[in-house]
Amino acid sequence: MKIIVAIKQVPERDAQLSILPDGRWIEEDALNYVINEPDAYALEEALQLKEQHGGEVIALCAGPERVTSTLREALAKGADRAIHIASDTIGKLDTLALAHVLAEPIRAESPDLVLTGLQSDDLGLGQTGVVLAELLGVPHSTLVLHVEKTGAGIRVKRELEDGWFQHIDLPLPAVLTIQSGGNKLRYATLMGIKKAKTKETRSEAAAIPGTPATVELTRIFLPEKQKQTQMLKGSPAEIAAQLVEKLRSEVRVL
Amino acid sequence: MSSILVVAEQKSGVLGRISLEALAAGQALARSLSGDCVAAVLGDSSAAANELTSKALARVYTIEHPLLKQYTPDGYNAALEQLIRKISPAYVVFPHTYQVRDFAPALAARFGQSLISDVVAIQAGPAFIRQLFQGKLNADYRRTGSESGPGFVSVQAGSFRVDDLQPGTSSAESFPVELSAQTIRTTPGEPFRESAQTVDLAAAPVIVSVGRGIREQENMPLVESLAQALGAELAASRPICDAGWLPIERQVGSSGHTVAPKLYLAVGISGAIQHLVGMKGSKTVIAINKDENAPIFEVADYGVVGDLFEIVPELTRAITAAKS
Repeated sequence: MKIIVAIKQVPERDAQLSILPDGRWIEEDALNYVINEPDAYALEEALQLKEQHGGEVIALCAGPERVTSTLREALAKGADRAIHIASDTIGKLDTLALAHVLAEPIRAESPDLVLTGLQSDDLGLGQTGVVLAELLGVPHSTLVLHVEKTGAGIRVKRELEDGWFQHIDLPLPAVLTIQSGGNKLRYATLMGIKKAKTKETRSEAAAIPGTPATVELTRIFLPEKQKQTQMLKGSPAEIAAQLVEKLRSEVRVL
Repeated sequence: MSSILVVAEQKSGVLGRISLEALAAGQALARSLSGDCVAAVLGDSSAAANELTSKALARVYTIEHPLLKQYTPDGYNAALEQLIRKISPAYVVFPHTYQVRDFAPALAARFGQSLISDVVAIQAGPAFIRQLFQGKLNADYRRTGSESGPGFVSVQAGSFRVDDLQPGTSSAESFPVELSAQTIRTTPGEPFRESAQTVDLAAAPVIVSVGRGIREQENMPLVESLAQALGAELAASRPICDAGWLPIERQVGSSGHTVAPKLYLAVGISGAIQHLVGMKGSKTVIAINKDENAPIFEVADYGVVGDLFEIVPELTRAITAAKS
């Protein structure tokens, strides 16, 4: 099976975020970037499918030069080659335009399967995979925890709400968005990191569509508090004493 | 006149609470745009349509077809595309459910649009507010004005109030759709559960819940002792269950359980929206987190910014002492 894993690079989870003076995005220069966690699960699923059935895993990532570090990490974990879609303005695109940018190199590769995380840790729109399937003209499934090859195509285990699951049968080619937790993530081995240096990363310029965006982010801001939070301060022992007092007199659970 | 189409979701004929919240959002958007609000429901829709006709809506469309009995993204998109082309609404509003996430982005793409997903509020403009960076920041999203088709919006659970839903009377109208079996490329199986539930989190009066901040599985006894001292059920955010440190039946959030205990004590949980929707109905929330900007503090009554590895053992000791 030839599998493309579409990966996004995002600021690390604990990053301290500051809003730019124009109020439209965050200060990026001081941030550390990592692979979007659901995409790491997509990569893991792809690598396991390759280990079972053979084939090729291609990591694909759009963004500025810095994203090549995330592609190198994917290669070190076992991807066979990488495609970097170079663009410094990719983050400004709306979902549809971004999916067009990703669809072009994917079409050229004619993969059997395209995997991506169900959503990104930064924007969290959760749509890229589904729109990609629409543009590629192939079926899709979302919130997938496990992929199994069948005679005619694949059977996926999809997460529903409230602890329910469902199997879906799809023909290939197809696009799947992967939910976290289906597999245990692997670490890159020293051998993998060495090998990655010999693997190909092809860089191509993003083909940004000429049609104007239909939606845009016009302002970012700190969320308002929904409750008045009383912050408790002091040494750990003092805080514990205050909490016990609250649990006894206010919450009444002691 | 511009109209708002709300696509309600039914399961076995029953509308979920989030669909009623989406209707409230649709009605409010219609008022702000001086338009009217209509609703549509797909599949075996007669029972759900009956409920919808008691709301202030201009019309309720029922879309029934043998190929819509079981949800598939291809079937729903083909059917809704026909309805939207027919009635040309200004906006299409969805509840942000797993099912909507599965089809609505592609439906928007068919109209050359991008869905504004997971909206938590709508303000004048209209500006659609949604969360970024796991709830650390909010953002306004607007349509640019260069578009000609309808806008597509999905609303997050618990963000709009069912109490604000305007009652009224409307009539249901069957909307005929043309679908062929070839349109539907995926074959869904019957929903199933993995294992019998052994804990009823929804009924627990006190919950101690743990998140990424606990770092290692070896540290789990810290929160287990705290839960035991408090007589609480132990719960977790998704990453803890993904890692296998607690069974999935103890997961709180949009992909786990929704809980509303007397006390929810969140330890090392940052509070991504997927977690908050599952617990923000709790009577009292206490949060312990090292990051003062963690979104969990937005819903906490009492907050402690600090190192859980120092505070939790002290708290367990103090509770045990207070009880004895």
